[in-house]
Amino acid sequence: MPVTDSAVSVRNVSKSYGQVEALRDLSLEFPRGQLTSLLGPSGCGKTTLLKIIAGLLPASSGTIEVGGKAVVGPGPDRAFVFQDFALLPWASVIRNVAFGLELRGVARSEREAKAEKYIREVGLAGFEKSFPHELSGGMRQRVGLARALSVDAQVLLLDEPFSAVDEQTRRKFQEDLIALVQNENKTFIFVTHSIEEAVYVSDQIAILLPRPSRVHEIIRPSISRAQGLGSIRRDPEYLDIVDEIWASLRSYVE
Amino acid sequence: MTIHGYKLPMMSSLLVWGLLWEIVGQLDLTFFVPPLSEVLVTLFGLVQTPAFLRALSTTAYAFWVGVISAIVIGIPVGILMGKSRLLDELLLPWVNIFLSAPLTALVPVLMVLFGFGTKTIIITTALFAVWIIILNARAGVRNINRSLVEMSRSFGASPLDAFFKIYFWAALPEILGGVRIGVIRAVKGVIIGQLLISIVGFGALFELYSSNFLMAEFWAVLIVLFALAFTLSEFLAFLERKVAYYAASR
Amino acid sequence: MDRYQSHRSLLLKLLSAVLVFGAWEVAGRIPVSYAFPTFLESMAALARMTFDGTIFVAYAETLKPLLIGIVISAIVGIGMGLWIGLNLKSEWLFSPIFVVMQAAPLAALIPILVMIYGIGLTSKVFVVCIMAMPVIVLNTSGAVRNTPASLTQMATSFLAKDRDILLKVIIPAASPIIFSGLRLGVSAGFIGAILSELKITPTGVGDIITYSRSIADYESMYAAIFSIILLAVLFLNLLEKLESYLFEGNDRGYVSD
Repeated sequence: MPVTDSAVSVRNVSKSYGQVEALRDLSLEFPRGQLTSLLGPSGCGKTTLLKIIAGLLPASSGTIEVGGKAVVGPGPDRAFVFQDFALLPWASVIRNVAFGLELRGVARSEREAKAEKYIREVGLAGFEKSFPHELSGGMRQRVGLARALSVDAQVLLLDEPFSAVDEQTRRKFQEDLIALVQNENKTFIFVTHSIEEAVYVSDQIAILLPRPSRVHEIIRPSISRAQGLGSIRRDPEYLDIVDEIWASLRSYVE
Repeated sequence: MTIHGYKLPMMSSLLVWGLLWEIVGQLDLTFFVPPLSEVLVTLFGLVQTPAFLRALSTTAYAFWVGVISAIVIGIPVGILMGKSRLLDELLLPWVNIFLSAPLTALVPVLMVLFGFGTKTIIITTALFAVWIIILNARAGVRNINRSLVEMSRSFGASPLDAFFKIYFWAALPEILGGVRIGVIRAVKGVIIGQLLISIVGFGALFELYSSNFLMAEFWAVLIVLFALAFTLSEFLAFLERKVAYYAASR
Repeated sequence: MDRYQSHRSLLLKLLSAVLVFGAWEVAGRIPVSYAFPTFLESMAALARMTFDGTIFVAYAETLKPLLIGIVISAIVGIGMGLWIGLNLKSEWLFSPIFVVMQAAPLAALIPILVMIYGIGLTSKVFVVCIMAMPVIVLNTSGAVRNTPASLTQMATSFLAKDRDILLKVIIPAASPIIFSGLRLGVSAGFIGAILSELKITPTGVGDIITYSRSIADYESMYAAIFSIILLAVLFLNLLEKLESYLFEGNDRGYVSD
């Protein structure tokens, strides 16, 4: 797969909290239309990096460019999927999904039509009037995903989106995510701490090492997904990459 | 709040309010607010007078007897309610009623039953404090991790052992929370009791000062009372934080 | 809960009421004190006062300072709480006042209030306000400060303006705790209203209590006290029902399972 142009560029970004250095001089390119995972042990600053890209945290130095424009804050070109879903508990599924559009001042009928489309797309048709507490963890995250899709941003930022759902749901999610990357022409940045998950879904994996966080290695798995998603986990390259990443990370785990 | 990078302590704004009080007092805007400095001078003289010390000691006596009886009754009742469903269903409605009922309305009854003295004030104090102590002890026992109970059973603990070595300690954070709120309520109860009876302790002092328009004396007593109440509540909150470390990790 | 369960629960509630009122009746019949009428005598007095209308006249009087005080406390308290919760400077300046007020026996201010505002309605409204307001302010400011960070971040990431964050995220997220602050405030307001009728000037229900005590009509005294406690408990229960109806599921949903 040839390296295409970058949708997001991170250049020499550092971030410190007082004396603590979270990110040091980190540079990374995110190819357009592909899924890049940020993988690393906890405390390696992967969520910090994601929030800096989102414009939710300011970088101490360095620049971020999304589609050639420098990031100064949150923008319509990026949408965020939260680890703890961040759903409004007092709002129905449809209002939650349409919330991003509501904040942009889109008229009610228009935004609800759009929300309905994405609710169907993530497989929640029939739950439009339900409330978050009536849904399972997996379904809640589908609401969060539909909300991010409905604002039609070019870049989707996913912060460990599947860490709070059970293993079966998680596997289904991973398959759906691969399909989503192929069908929607969007750039995905995906934070995870699961090696298998990263290798399974990614076009590119950036391995971050902690204290302070820096890019240790970039891996571009060339596993063929043509023979169906079921065969990926049996592919020898899949297994090799998982082993290789574990070998380089294990010394950083306690 | 921070000024020039220096973090101002939480309660420091009370100094600003004290200054404002002094200014209002110095400007002589109203007879009812004498300058803070005058009140403080009065306070230092006042706290040495036998009348004040007598009021303080009767109040403290009624308060502590009331609080301790509320604790001694409240904690076991709460723990038993948490453990026994029958008892819980019989008592809980009443505990909830008295928790939110305007207990001031009961003081006249206590006055005719127990006289215009310390006994009535002690009972009022205990009545203000006991319900929340019961309710929190009950909640504490009900929140105990099932596996902790099963662990003690599997290691062969007797019911008595389980009660003192598991239930009490596991419920301690909630119990202390209840005691803290109970004590704050008791402070209000003891003052309300004294105000309504008005011939005992601070109730009598308030009556004396307000009928003679001794404003500085009145404010001085109020400052002492409020400061004592606040210190007590902060001290209990501090104790509660000390045990809260394991509340999260149960 | 299945039908057996709800039957059992109702039965136990009845049993519990019968036990307590029965004990009251027995204690009154012994009697434990000359000033302790039986349950049935007190209920008869309550029925008498209800039928001749005394009780309604009394409550019209008692509820006046209570309602005015609660409305003032709610408006000022919630406004103040929002301001303290959103603005660090006003938190530094004002929150210590309310923290001290919450811990202090504010009833002790009553003699001063009477000196300044006399023995009329104003003083009584003030008493209700000082009792009810601190908990409303502290609940509101605490709830605003503790808005889940992920919700405000979410709104920011979807380009919310500050006004939208306040109206569509912070206030709805805080409203269950604000409401329970209101309920606690009402409960404290009841204490204040009765206290002011007993301490300042006997009017309304406080008048029935004081007067019937002075003429040793203990049945009427107990009946009046019973009625005010009943009223407060019913009203607060109603608020609690409303609360769980309005905010059903609102406090869940942040947690990930």
